[in-house]
Amino acid sequence: MSLLTIEGLPAAEISRLLDLADGFVEVLDRPVPKVPALQGRTIGMLFYEVSTRTRMSFERAAKALSADTMTFSPSGSSVSKGESLKDTALTVGSMGPDLFVVRHASTGAPWRVAEWTGLPVINAGDGAHQHPTQALLDCLTVRQHFGKVDGLRVAIVGDIRHSRVARSTAQAMATMGASVRFIAPRTLLPFDVEGWPVETTCDFDGAIDDLDVVYMLRIQQERGGGDVFPSIGEYVNRFGLTRRRADRLPEHTMVLHPGPMNRGVEIDPAVADGPRSLVTKQVANGVAVRMAVLLDQLSGSEKT
Amino acid sequence: MIVLKGGTVVGTEQRIADVAVDAERVVAIGSVDVGPQDQVIDCSGAWVGPGLVDLHVHLREPGQEWKEDIASGSKAAAAGGFTTVVAMPNTEPPIDSGQIARYVFDRGAETGLVRVIPSGAISLGRAGAKLAHLDDLWAAGVRIFTDDGDTVADSGLLRRAMDYIAELGGIVAQHAEDPGLAGRGHMHEGAVSSRLGMIGLPSMAETIIVERDIRLVELTGCRYHVQHVSARQTLDVIRRAKEAGLPVTAEVAPHHLEFTDRLVETMNPVAKMYPPLRTKADVAALRAGLEDGMIDCVATDHAPHSAHEKDVPFEEAPRGVIGLETAAAAVNTSVGLPAVTFFERMSIAPGRLLGLETGPLAVGSVADITVFDPSQSWTPGTFVSKSANSPWIGTEITGRVRATLLGGQVTFEHKEGASE
Ligand SMILES: [Zn+2]
Repeated sequence: MSLLTIEGLPAAEISRLLDLADGFVEVLDRPVPKVPALQGRTIGMLFYEVSTRTRMSFERAAKALSADTMTFSPSGSSVSKGESLKDTALTVGSMGPDLFVVRHASTGAPWRVAEWTGLPVINAGDGAHQHPTQALLDCLTVRQHFGKVDGLRVAIVGDIRHSRVARSTAQAMATMGASVRFIAPRTLLPFDVEGWPVETTCDFDGAIDDLDVVYMLRIQQERGGGDVFPSIGEYVNRFGLTRRRADRLPEHTMVLHPGPMNRGVEIDPAVADGPRSLVTKQVANGVAVRMAVLLDQLSGSEKT
Repeated sequence: MIVLKGGTVVGTEQRIADVAVDAERVVAIGSVDVGPQDQVIDCSGAWVGPGLVDLHVHLREPGQEWKEDIASGSKAAAAGGFTTVVAMPNTEPPIDSGQIARYVFDRGAETGLVRVIPSGAISLGRAGAKLAHLDDLWAAGVRIFTDDGDTVADSGLLRRAMDYIAELGGIVAQHAEDPGLAGRGHMHEGAVSSRLGMIGLPSMAETIIVERDIRLVELTGCRYHVQHVSARQTLDVIRRAKEAGLPVTAEVAPHHLEFTDRLVETMNPVAKMYPPLRTKADVAALRAGLEDGMIDCVATDHAPHSAHEKDVPFEEAPRGVIGLETAAAAVNTSVGLPAVTFFERMSIAPGRLLGLETGPLAVGSVADITVFDPSQSWTPGTFVSKSANSPWIGTEITGRVRATLLGGQVTFEHKEGASE
């Protein structure tokens, strides 16, 4: 079995993974944060997109479960010599990993790796499509703080069109019973959200006193997110979580961000580091969630 | 003499009869006595009609012969029932001068399985900046001009090309895709692209170019052909132009008559083609357009790519699918045209555009003939083409080319039980 997308994962399944992750939060708090659950197992990591954070999080999770990792990332490697993803996947695959973690700039790349190698694959982010472990860690963070996800009012703000985080987290939170709203200029909203469990609006200020969770996103310059509004200044004015705007949020409202943050653009530094921020919690929960997913993927399948 | 025995002969109307072919021509239609020297092809249950004509194929020679070459493409064409194909000019080097056009003519004639007619580029090097050697191309025998693969985006350049080509008597064919609107789109812009997080290519990118081009047709009087129509909105524009009596024609590719953008959800790059697969409503409109004649003909846009080029993530894959060997069956399966209309759209209309002798099968016709059994089902798996990037692999389709004759010579005969 693979974890390629959050689509179609039922609430009970998400809850089960979050419960498992909750247990690992406790493990990570121990003086020796390590369990032998995946001893002798090897995780193959194909990271085709620069992503130190997610890669480190997966590596940390694997080590905490006593698994070994083999990491392939393209800089200076055979990719520059023209080796294809298929060849790399087959080559690394023949070195005996039990599972692949794949991050790639193209939608669907992890599906293809699963198809080519026949191994389980965890999607660690494909293009602007999906990032299921991020969705789980966001749910876990919100559930820890509020005690539930069901019934919360969540706004995801910013470059939604180019965001796999928005696509996956919105789906997961809606499945868990939250009501989700996308807030962005029209040029950064997805073209057609027919059938999505979300509402959309371009009016951040009009939505602000009605929120439990504000999830801020980065402008993805590298995916073309930069040239679709007139200027950064104007963007900050309408869609940034400035101090003034943060002050208007209800007392209990919490702020999330998938990182890396552009302080002073989508989020004011004082807000990012302030008492409303759950950002460091998200990072810590990322390791626990990835431990849960790795264990879930590999338990029950005996090493052959 | 070759005798096509017992088929449904599709002329201006259809009747069961034998067709006798001698040398290059049809010499008799009716009850034909078979002599001991005659070659007999059993056509019972099959349609016997004028050879299929494809206005839009990529043969990849010169320049990318590992994908396809004129010989392998000709074989695939004959196996698909085609007797004439128009080769697109996006070769390396592109067909923008008489010399390269003559090379393609000559290689086609040498192979001898299908009439290979090159189209010529509109702009030099297909770069969209200066006119190609239009006179020179015309003198070499080119009749259709296109920068296919790219749109002629510069309206001034297109107007000059139309003025020039109208004077010569040729056709300007357009791959309609506004570059600004298309952006780096990988698939149809809609609910599916949004969900997959892929950059979309809106229908409007096609429609807006056709709309503009038709204004230039009004201005110049040039004959104009819309390549691979994919969007229902474009069809509305074509309908208005035709109703206004403008010299406008259009083609549709078999894959746009069957598949929708939902096929991209498989993540399989075989679903990547330009224009992209669109929605159910577009497919329905295109089928209706082909039936009522707003779309004049079917063209495959046969675009071979080798396996390793497609065995990559979707967004990195090259555009296009092959289509020659499956076209007749695909159209038959998707739309189910009656025999006379089938040959009108697959043979006669495209032949007329090229100024060929293609007409309803009659005594005296050139013996370019396709024998097509509209009721035999099969599942494509292997191909005569060098490439196998077909969205029909593993899909059952109905209709099978039983034989193809080019100028009285059998260029293909389907052997029952042969490998599929
Ligand atoms: Zn084209």
